[in-house]
Amino acid sequence: MNGAWRMRIFFLAAAGFACLYFLAVRNLPPWGHYRGPYGDVMATSSVFQRHTTDVVNAIDYDYRGFDTLGEEFILFTSVLGVMLLLRDPEKNKGISRSGNMGQATRFGAAGSYAALLVFGLYMTTHGQLTPGGGFQGGVILATASMLIYIAEDFRVFKRITSHPIVEALDALGAAGYAAIGLSAFLFSAPFLTNWMPLGKTGDVFSSGTIAAISACVGLEVTAAFLMLGYTYLEEIVSETGEGG
Amino acid sequence: MNQIVHIFPYLVAGWVFLCGLYGIATSRHLVHTVISLAVVQTSTYVLLLNIGFRTGGAAPVFADISPGITTVDPIVQALMLTDVVVEATVMALLLAMVVKAYEKAGTLSPDDLRLMRG
Repeated sequence: MNGAWRMRIFFLAAAGFACLYFLAVRNLPPWGHYRGPYGDVMATSSVFQRHTTDVVNAIDYDYRGFDTLGEEFILFTSVLGVMLLLRDPEKNKGISRSGNMGQATRFGAAGSYAALLVFGLYMTTHGQLTPGGGFQGGVILATASMLIYIAEDFRVFKRITSHPIVEALDALGAAGYAAIGLSAFLFSAPFLTNWMPLGKTGDVFSSGTIAAISACVGLEVTAAFLMLGYTYLEEIVSETGEGG
Repeated sequence: MNQIVHIFPYLVAGWVFLCGLYGIATSRHLVHTVISLAVVQTSTYVLLLNIGFRTGGAAPVFADISPGITTVDPIVQALMLTDVVVEATVMALLLAMVVKAYEKAGTLSPDDLRLMRG
């Protein structure tokens, strides 16, 4: 199939899609006039039912917890796939330390790293109260670690992030989520029932399993993104042959 | 005219979707293909957030507002939230496949990858 024919077929299909899409959205509620009942039910009930002030996280880690478990395993298997495809123990054997960063860069990166770590931990542990949670906090924690690479060099970054403990934490986070879900069986309750004490609304230690699951997700996302960052950096470093 | 204003944000989502598909159909470079797929995925965020939007609605976080205040739909936001992170890792997986395809075939053009070899 040559390019011209491919374009003809594409534009035919795109025009068909555009027509059907227009017909479909034409009868949606006017923009800005949301009227589905479910969002309002969730928004008004989760504070009282789950002692959670961030409704989005109450949905993610509790009401819709089973879906999020599935999403989390997509994340887990994707990272596993990247590891399988790209990781090569023979790579980067001969990388020498360059360490040519200026003192100001290293000092600045180390200071920002500390601040970002605290911020990431805050995000991970306060998801039940304010916007944040395991997914966002985990990404902040993992990307903050890139500053190690900036401040030091690839060898130091590798020593920290390619450690088996990171892989173990990744698995632990994924397993922890499932284990919290399964633990409801001990009380003869359905999978992922929020059985832990709900605590006082607005406290850090509130909302029962929501906070616990959020922490597990944070652990897994941190480890997953650390491994991704390491694998891709390794790929770049081995291509260019630079150590830092 | 009013009718158009009411559905315009939904049409934007459809437009972004088609832009991404166009990118995939005309792609000459596998990294470009992967990024185009990300654009397609982004259109779902635009659509979902528009569906849940309510004029004057507060954010669905009751840390500093009293329960009972009308908010935008938190469900579509929750659907999106997980997907943003998952999308990033799926992109990473696809790009890893691109790296391997380049190592095996020596090219990044989808047209030259047509001959599959063992």
